Formats: sequence, structure tokens, C-alpha cells
Amino acid sequence: MDFLQILSNAGASLLAPATLAYALAALGLAVQFGFTGLLNMGVAGFMAIGAYGYAISILQFDFPWWLAALTGLAASAVFALILGIPALRLRGDYLAIVTIAAAEVVRLLFLTSAFDDVTGSADGLSGYHESFRGANPIPPGTYGFGPWTYNQTDWWVRIMGLIVLALGVVAVWRLMSSPWGRVIKGIREDEDAVRSLGKNVFSYKLQALVIGGLLMAAGGIVYAMERNVNSGVYVTSTTFFIYTALLLGGAATVFGPLVGSLIFWVLQTLLSNLLPALSQLLPFMTQIQASTLRFILTGVALMLLVIFRPQGIFGNKKELTFVK
Amino acid sequence: METSRSALRARLSRASGALMLAVAAALALFSFVIAPAGAATTDDGDPYRVSGNVQLDGNPLEGVELTVDGPGGSQEVATDANGQWVVMVPEKNTTYTVTLNEDTLPEGIAVVDETDDTPNVKEAEMGPGGRVTVNFFIGEGERHVTSFVDQLVQRLVNGVNFGLMLALAAVGLSLVYGTTGISNFAHSELVTFGAVVTSALASGLLPVPIWLAIPAAIIISAAFGLALDVILWRPLRRKGVGVVQLMIVSIGLSLALRYIYQFFIGGGTTQLPFADAPKIPLFGAVSLSVIDMVSIGISIVVIVGFALWLTYSRLGKATRAISDNPSLAAASGIDVDFVVRIVWVVGAGLAGLAGILYAYYRPGIKWDMGAQILLLIFAAVTLGGLGTAFGALVGALIIGVIVEVSSLWIPADLRFAGALVVLILILLFRPQGILGRRERIG
Amino acid sequence: MSSDSAPATGATPVKTTGLHVGEAAPGVAKVDPIIVADHVRRTFGGLTAVDVDHLEIPRGAITALIGPNGAGKTTLFNLLTGFDKPDEGTWTFDGHALSGVPAYRVARMGQVRTFQLTKALGLLTVLDNMKLGATEQRGERFWSSLIAPLWRRQDAEIEERAMELLAKFKLDAKAQDFAASLSGGQRKLLEMARALMSSPQLVMLDEPMAGVNPALTESLLHHILDLKKEGMTVLFVEHDMHMVRHIADWVVVMAEGRVVAEGDPHEVMKNPAVVDAYLGAHQDVDLGVVTGRVSAAEAGVSTSGTVDEATIEAEADAELAAEEKRKGKR
Repeated sequence: MDFLQILSNAGASLLAPATLAYALAALGLAVQFGFTGLLNMGVAGFMAIGAYGYAISILQFDFPWWLAALTGLAASAVFALILGIPALRLRGDYLAIVTIAAAEVVRLLFLTSAFDDVTGSADGLSGYHESFRGANPIPPGTYGFGPWTYNQTDWWVRIMGLIVLALGVVAVWRLMSSPWGRVIKGIREDEDAVRSLGKNVFSYKLQALVIGGLLMAAGGIVYAMERNVNSGVYVTSTTFFIYTALLLGGAATVFGPLVGSLIFWVLQTLLSNLLPALSQLLPFMTQIQASTLRFILTGVALMLLVIFRPQGIFGNKKELTFVK
Repeated sequence: METSRSALRARLSRASGALMLAVAAALALFSFVIAPAGAATTDDGDPYRVSGNVQLDGNPLEGVELTVDGPGGSQEVATDANGQWVVMVPEKNTTYTVTLNEDTLPEGIAVVDETDDTPNVKEAEMGPGGRVTVNFFIGEGERHVTSFVDQLVQRLVNGVNFGLMLALAAVGLSLVYGTTGISNFAHSELVTFGAVVTSALASGLLPVPIWLAIPAAIIISAAFGLALDVILWRPLRRKGVGVVQLMIVSIGLSLALRYIYQFFIGGGTTQLPFADAPKIPLFGAVSLSVIDMVSIGISIVVIVGFALWLTYSRLGKATRAISDNPSLAAASGIDVDFVVRIVWVVGAGLAGLAGILYAYYRPGIKWDMGAQILLLIFAAVTLGGLGTAFGALVGALIIGVIVEVSSLWIPADLRFAGALVVLILILLFRPQGILGRRERIG
Repeated sequence: MSSDSAPATGATPVKTTGLHVGEAAPGVAKVDPIIVADHVRRTFGGLTAVDVDHLEIPRGAITALIGPNGAGKTTLFNLLTGFDKPDEGTWTFDGHALSGVPAYRVARMGQVRTFQLTKALGLLTVLDNMKLGATEQRGERFWSSLIAPLWRRQDAEIEERAMELLAKFKLDAKAQDFAASLSGGQRKLLEMARALMSSPQLVMLDEPMAGVNPALTESLLHHILDLKKEGMTVLFVEHDMHMVRHIADWVVVMAEGRVVAEGDPHEVMKNPAVVDAYLGAHQDVDLGVVTGRVSAAEAGVSTSGTVDEATIEAEADAELAAEEKRKGKR
């Protein structure tokens, strides 16, 4: 067992595009679920629309990367509106089922062979990186130290991801410390009370759904900038993992989703390295079984968190955020 | 029918570029188009390939449509300019059925094979190599045509079979929701549980004959439901945990159980005994295997028995009373805790049975087989009106038929999406379901 | 009591009189109505919860809406404030038609309400609860919320006003606490104070006294009287007949969804229709006794018909369940 290598891998996951993507998506979920109380179970669908919107608009229309990214964001905003205008009038658990079903429909539409020309169906999409990589100001070479040694392309993706994440965090923090955020949190507590005070609750919920959706799509785009786009990534399990990451850090906090995603991915990387290594010592487990174990642990962790520490590791016990 | 389908396809491919981009979201909700039950992992696509080449006298034919059926659902594909087609499938060591749509061949051309009644349908044996090639003999000749009515009848029969199986799973989910308010995302894992246990019993160290393994697995499933209530749900009820929290707990449970199954049975597919029973032609184009017929019979008997129990037995009445108004039921002396426990036991037992039947219907046992149909079960429950057991039954039949029949018009790999669109529309416009009352007086 | 009687001390509030035109009967016209409702009907399944032919609420006065349980008082409240939609009917507030106007717009027009089951926003601080009550906040608009200088000064002004109101309601010491930590009576006070943040014309209070500690009752009464003094109109639902007699200028009595009587609080109690609707078997019992707020001994009546505290609790529970149900079905 090479502990140094395992630790190095875990450290590298701190800056991995997947971690940044999860952090963005979890931040969006914090806006929707943690602050507003909207039970959006379609996180993966929003991410998929961002990622596919980015890739398709480059491959089909030769958009420059920044316009493609804006297109992906716009598509997710449209999705949020189409979903939200009818669905936000429903109560929590109905909204959950509508969003999870809508996300699944989106995934199936990207997967079907009917649109193979555009979506690549099961193969997904690749070969759209030229524009983004062409805009890279970093001279070719390898930079960094220790586990964080990357070439110019890898750095470019990570830096862009970090910039987007930083913008997202600042924006959400500004929003939540403003009167707008006060209304949003009031809606989470009791929307009728907020309505009786003259606030257009529906409009605020829709705004929160769109903001959250944009952040999720941004996560999808960052993920797409690194490798390829494949519908196998945007399954409902991904939504559940993002809930786990969010609840780890604390749902009604601005930094919780960030910290939660870091912990989630560092643990995942640690376990995926450590468990197979351990399986050599434990004869009753094969390597494959050992790597399945971390997903079992994820599920168990999600249950334990919700039952025993619903405010998250860093959340304030009083700011317990579950909608009644 | 065929014209409408090809017109749809042509329209879709013309518009698809701009469409997919600008209104990917709009499509998601409003187009009646659909895809296969993909594995709920983050794998990069399916690993094995079925392929072939369609030629007429050495010249490639472009745009010929084929359908590949088998584990992992049904997929459609069309030949490219070289007459070639490829479909990626999730499992090997099993059989795929490839159907060539003769209507997409040029005029006067058909699949010809004197020795075969249905020359345009071929079975492809996917061996351990993970690759198989299927070619057809193309020439001038009579086409083999299944009339639209015959196809419809066959799909309807399949839909009823699937719907009955969904109903077994849905009534349990509905009862749990009605009595406890939990949207139980782990219900799909109770479905998988029945199939996995049956397989373990039938092919374990001490193989049990299948006629014994199935009832034993149902009892073990029910016991599993009891255990979950004792260990998890009842303590949480006592603690007064809110329904949203309970829902997320059920998601965690679903993830954990799903991967526990994968831990033990791996990522592949295993078959139950007699899963490959031959289809027997019945009437028209309808053919069912003995297993299908037994499955329909068992479903009907169990559902009727369950309905009688719910209508006439003391416990059944108590269950409905709690679904209707928990505090009133409690005030009138019903032991809510006990009834809820019975609901978990009955619901888990029925889900286990549904899993066994689903293992034959798919066919095959897979770690995430339940998760693949979870949303369809939710759709069935919602369609009938959340929390009403009889509604779930009707809803399940409707969803089963929609899934099967819709593939007459939409790509087969999008048929689950069709049912999900129905679910979304019902929730948006008639959330009380088709049988639910619009409002009650508190 | 008339307006030219004793000055406004706590014990004998000034009553506003001369509110109506003609004989005090159900649907009587008012000199200066703030709300006028016509043919408002709301049914739940087969049950008609509200069926009001004509009703006018006088401006600048305190009007009590009373009636036995199930009379449709809260449903009428919900309809007037846009929280529920009637099967048919029209009504106006200050001359503006309100049919189909969503609840938040109604509130912005200056007609705010409180709830029977207090809706304090538990995980917001008391101060944030108050600030949420202010209308026309720049910082509540999405884009300007991102730029603090645009709203900071207005927010400070709102905070100042909130603290003044909190001081008046003796909640200023709790400003930074979560509203969840307040007692039931304090939450009622907070809810009323929060409603005042929007400087409304009409304040609608749904059972302001329910569940309030007797020590706080007096102070709540004063606050309600103060609202009138500051020029606001008050409409409230209440079971406590002593309170109604004490502060109301006008009383509207509902039974089985209809307005059965209207009039001066002292006169209306003598109306046979009211006695009929309210009392049933307890013909000669003080209304306060029937509603359980006053003990029979205190009211000077000896009767076996006293409704005890437990009954009230049970009724409250039933209403609570009904509310939950309503929420659930949404």
C-alpha cells in the first residue's frame, strides 16, 4: 500500500474539475433547497443541460467557448422557467417528484439514438475543446508542485472553474445577506406569512430556482471543459451525491456547499484508493467489491447526516433548515 | 402508422440541431420522445456491441432502421452511408433480438429467407467476446408484415403484464405514503431485494427449487420490510422527523442498499431458472411464454386478494382509515403504529414479488433493476392519486400500457420518458390523480 | 358609550359611533365603508362555508367578526385577503375591486392580516421578521440586492422603525433572538408589530387573543386601540365577548356562513338571531361563559353549561388539523 500516493491522489482531488463542478452544483442547491426550501431533485438535469448546451453549441454552430458557455447557462434558465412556472405552485414532495422525473427525461433525451447526430447518444460528445484551449493564456508547460502538478490545459480548466466558483460564492453571499435573502429565508419558514406581508412569493421562488439552476449548469460546463460530455454522468445518483455533499457542509450556508464538496471528493478519492488496497489484506473482499463499498458508505453517510446532524458539519444547530 | 413515424423522424432530424440547443429544456417536457433504462452508474456507456451491415447485391443501403431488444431495454438504430449499424448493449452471455424494419427498405425489396417465417427478426447470441454481428438476406420478395392491429394487441398484452407487475410494487409504495407520508425512494430496492433473494436461494450453496424459492423470497422480503420498520422507520417516527428529512433518509437507504446488492452480485446480469422459456403463439400476433402467463396469473390473484383484504378485513379498513385521516383514525382507537408496521410488511412482500416477476419480464437480475423502474412506480402511484391503493393499481396498469404501446410511435429507447412526461403532466395539472378527490374538508 | 363620553383611558376606550346608515341589520350600508363585499360564496365539496350577500366594513373603526365555530369567519378572512378564492362574488377594498387579486397585492394595497395560528418565521431573528414587514424595499429586488449601497440606507431606516415598534411592543430586548424562541403571546405581538411595518390602512387580526397569556392580553388590547387612534381600521375575529364589548365599535355576527346580525356590540347581543345562532341550549348564559373565556361564577350566572378549557383546546386542535389539511392539499 502506497500511502503517499493515496494521500497525493486525495490532495489532487481538492482541485479536480469534478470537485469544482460539485461545489458549484451544491451551491446552487443551497440557494434552492437550503435557503428557499425548494426540494429540487433534478440537479443532474440542470448540469446536463449546461454541459450539453456548451458542447452542442460549439459542435453544431461553431460558437466560441464563452458564447457556448452562455448558451448552456441560458438553456438551464429556460429549463428552470419551464419547470418552475407550473411546478412551484406544488408542495415540496410533489416538486421533488416532478424535478426528478424531468431530469430523467432530459437524460433519456440526450441518450436516445433518435438524436444521435446532435447528442452522440450513448457515446456522448467530445472534440469541442479547441476554442476554450485556444483561449488559454498560460504558456505550454507543467506547473505546480506535489499533487497539484498540471500542464497548461489542466490549469486553465481549474483556474476557470475556480473563478466561476468564486463569483458564485460572492454572488450568493451578497444575495443572502441582502433584503432579498431575507425574503427567501422567510419563504422557507412560512410562505403564507411572507405572502401576507406583500411579497410575491412565486416570483421569488422562481428567481431562486433560476439562480440555483444557473449555478448547477455552470458546474456542468466546468465538468464538460475538462473531458467529454456523457449522459451516463447525469443520472439521479449524481443528484443524490450532490445532496450528500451539500448536507455534509450545511445546507443553509454559503461556504457549506464548498466545504461539503471538498470533503465529499477527498473522502471518495481516499476510499477509492484505500479500500482496494485494504482488500489485499481482507481476503473476503475482492477489489471490485472494495470499490463498491464507498458508495454504500455514501448512502449510509447521507442517512446518518439527515437523522443526526441535519444542519451539516458546519451549520448552526439553530439554523436547521428542513422545510416542514 | 409508419408514415407518421418516419415523418416524425425526418422532422426531428431536420430540426434537431437548433432544437436541441435552444429548447433542450422545452423538449424535455413537451415532446413525446423517449430512451432506455440506462444503468444508474457513472459508467461511460455500454461496453458490448451488436453490429451488422445491410447491403443489396453488394450495394450498401442507408437509413434502414433496426431495433435491438434485450437486457437494457430496446434500442433503435439506422444504417449509415456504408450500410453499417452498431448498437452498444450493457450485457453479454445473453440473447438480443434484432428486428429489421422492412418499411425502411427500398420499394420491392425485403428480407428473404425461405426457411424462416419471420426473416426480418433474428436472435443474436452475445457470447463472452462481447461482440456479435447480425446480417440479413436482402433481395426482391414479399415482405413479412405484422399488421398495426396485431402489433397493438401484442403491445397491449405486454403492457398489461408489465402494468400488473408495476401495480404490485406501486400499492406498497402508495400505502406507505398514505399512512406515513414518506415518499419512499428505497421502495425500488425492496423490488430488487425479492429478485436477488430468489436468485440467491435458487442458485446458492443449497439450491432450492424455484417453486419453493419464490414464496420463500417473498416471505424474506416481508421480513426485510418489518426489519426496516423496526430498525429505522419507527424510531424516526417516534423522533418526529419531518417528511422531507424522511424522504432524504430513504434516498440514502436506497443508495446504500443498491450498492450492497452490487457488492454481493456484481455489476452483471444473472437469470432466474426458466427465464428463457420459449414464446408460444396464442392468437393473432400475440405470443407469450408460460412464464409470462403464470406471471399474469399470479399478479391478478395477488392483487385481487390484496384488494379484498383492504376492503373487508379489519386491518385493511384501518389502513384505509389512516390514509384518509391519521389523527381521526388514531382518535377512534386504531393502533396506528401497528397498522403502519403491517403496511411495511405487506408493501415489502408485494414489492419483493414484483421484483421476481420483473426479473422474468426484463429478463435478468441486476443490482439497479429496481432503480430503473422507480420513477415508473412513482408515476403509477401519482396517476392514481397519492396514497390511495386502488388508484395506484389503476395507475400502474395505465403506465404499463403507455410504456409498451407508446413505442409504436416513439423510439423504443424513449418509452420510459413517455411515462415520465405523463407523470409530470399529472402532477402539474391534476395532482390529486385521476381517482383522487379534488379537495376534502379538514 | 359614545365618542363624547370619558377620555380614552385603558379601562373605557372611546367608541366610534354613527357608522351605519339606517337600521342595523345584516348588510346595512355604512357611512364610509372600507370593504364592500357582494354575494361572496365559498363551498368545500357539499358544504357552504361562506355565503355573504352584502357586507360593509366601516372605515376608521374597530369591527369584530364573531360567530360560533364553523361559522366561516376564517374562511371569509382568507377570501377577503386573497388567500382563498371564492366560487363567486365581488368585493372591493378602498374602492378597488379585489376579485382575483393575489394575496401579496392585497397586502401591498394596505390590507394586512395576521393568522389564527401564528406564523412567526422561526429561524429568522425577531428583527429580521420585522424588517420583512416593510414594503417597497429596494434591496428586495434581485439586481439591486447585489449592490449594497443601493439599499443600505433604506435598510437602516427600516431597522430604526422596526426597533421603535419593537420597543412599543416590548420586544426590543429580543430583537436579535430567533423568533422560534418567543412565547406564544410574544409571537402574536410580533406578528401584529410586523404587520404594522407596512403602514397599513386596514389591519385584519384572526383571533389575536387565542393562546395569549392573560398578562399580555391587556397590552394587546391597548395596541389594538392604538391602531384606531393612529387612523387605521381594524377587523378582527374573536371569541372573547368581553374583549369584543370592550373595544369593538361594530360587531358582525356570522353563523353557518351567513351574516346573521350586525350592530353595536351591546345591542347586537340582544338580537334573537344571534342568541339563536350562538347559544342553542344555553339560552340564558352570558356569551363569555359560552366561549369559555369567563367562568360562570364570574359572570354571575349559575349554569351547568360552562364550556371548560379542555373544550377550547379540543376546538383549537381541530382547527389546527384543518389548517394542516389545507396546507397539505395545496
